[in-house]
Amino acid sequence: MAASQHTDAPMISLKNVCKSFGKKHVLKDLSLDIGKGESLVVIGGSGTGKSVMLKCILGLLQPESGEIYINGQQVIGMSPVEREKTLRNTGMLFQYAALFDSLPVWENVAFGLMQAHGVKRKEAKDIAIEKLGLVGLGPEMANKNPSALSIGMQKRVGLARAIATNPEIIFFDEPTTGLDPIMGDVIDNLIRDCTEHLGATTLTISHDMESAQKIGDRIALIYKGSVVWVGPAKEIENSGNPYVEQFINGDINGPIELDILKP
Amino acid sequence: MDWNFLAAIGRVTLKFMQAVGHLSLFTVQTVRHIFTPPFYMRIFLRQLMSIGYYSLPVVGLTALFTGMVLALQIYVGSSRFNAESAVATIVVIGLTRELAPVLSGLMVAGRVGAAIAAEIGTMRVTEQIDALVTLSTNPFKYLVAPRVLAGMITLPALVLIADIIGVSGGFLVATEVLDFNASSYIKNTFDFLETRDVVSGLIKASVFGFIVSLMGCYHGFNSNGGAQGVGRATTNAVVSSFILILVSDYFLTVLLLD
Repeated sequence: MAASQHTDAPMISLKNVCKSFGKKHVLKDLSLDIGKGESLVVIGGSGTGKSVMLKCILGLLQPESGEIYINGQQVIGMSPVEREKTLRNTGMLFQYAALFDSLPVWENVAFGLMQAHGVKRKEAKDIAIEKLGLVGLGPEMANKNPSALSIGMQKRVGLARAIATNPEIIFFDEPTTGLDPIMGDVIDNLIRDCTEHLGATTLTISHDMESAQKIGDRIALIYKGSVVWVGPAKEIENSGNPYVEQFINGDINGPIELDILKP
Repeated sequence: MDWNFLAAIGRVTLKFMQAVGHLSLFTVQTVRHIFTPPFYMRIFLRQLMSIGYYSLPVVGLTALFTGMVLALQIYVGSSRFNAESAVATIVVIGLTRELAPVLSGLMVAGRVGAAIAAEIGTMRVTEQIDALVTLSTNPFKYLVAPRVLAGMITLPALVLIADIIGVSGGFLVATEVLDFNASSYIKNTFDFLETRDVVSGLIKASVFGFIVSLMGCYHGFNSNGGAQGVGRATTNAVVSSFILILVSDYFLTVLLLD
């Protein structure tokens, strides 16, 4: 598990956040704090609101009510310019990497450096190659097109892009989804090593329990848009919470209702 | 039954007004981002090549055959009242004022508008636009503004080339097929051609370039629903560009008539 060096002051704080799509209430009074330097993993079934929560934090979606603070700054209602400034200290690894097809690998990695931090192309390319090295990809990959890479490699490039600017906060959206167990383990190790190296605060969305326990200092379980349990990762096996027990055992019977017809 | 009918009309009207409002906001935002830094010169130059240079063959071919057909058709009409000498003048005025800008606009809408919608639509559904936001980059500035500006600049340039190729096509048919005298055809072409004929065509072209790239960006930006959504965005971009080009052509013609 990642070394816990976090302080008590929350780096990210969500207070009573609500978000609906039409009549469907996806987030209901969701509250969660993530300490500085902490690695928090949010787990939960599909459609429980994990990705929506992440998009609300990043400003990609606007919640109807509630408060979201990043480093003490309320981000809801922020102007686009202020939000751009706030996001300069963050990195994000998307579920399917979301690499820019029109740019070679090194420009994908160096994108934030060049566009948001004003680093010159030559210097940015050198940094990109260095970051690619951190995720186990050689300099020969730098000029390749993202579409020529396997999904595992794309995720590693996405990870290199997320850490390229040495951000204070990194978000990971289902980092091991769609990967074989070995590649999933490689990505988990890379995430742990990179974040430890940077001392960054991380928020990971996952439903892979093994990955969650490996990456996280703490784990939070979301069900129907609210946090039903949050605690240290090593205590999840003995949480005594019926929701957590059902989720980690993958049991069809329990308090978590599924949107499928039971046989 | 009557109430259902009225409700349906109301729903359609509301949806239409919502779309108009959405498009108006998108247009205002686009124009604002064209004039405010940062400017992405590399992307802009790439778009100039993509929209302008790579559209040359299709626009040139369209202009060549339009000029050739125009010369033949006008000859048929004008020979009925012994006004064959007007062929050169009508060809050049018809091309510069109307046919070159409209047909180039429609061809570019089919080629470039669809490509822009498909590219930005794919970026939307694969979260690449979200990735831009997380990398502190405004997608309007990075994706929309350079494309719209490039469209506004390149289409007049394409139309200027189309004017020359179209008139050459008319000249070719007039001299080789209709046995016109080459020097008198050229004289008739330039004697009655005024600067405002060419300029009005170029103004139209700039507006059409704006429409084509804006529609491509708008439909791509708002696409959803995976591959089917991208396909829908592409179709909508082309259809709405065609309609807006033809409708705005009438109003621009009225405006530029004098």
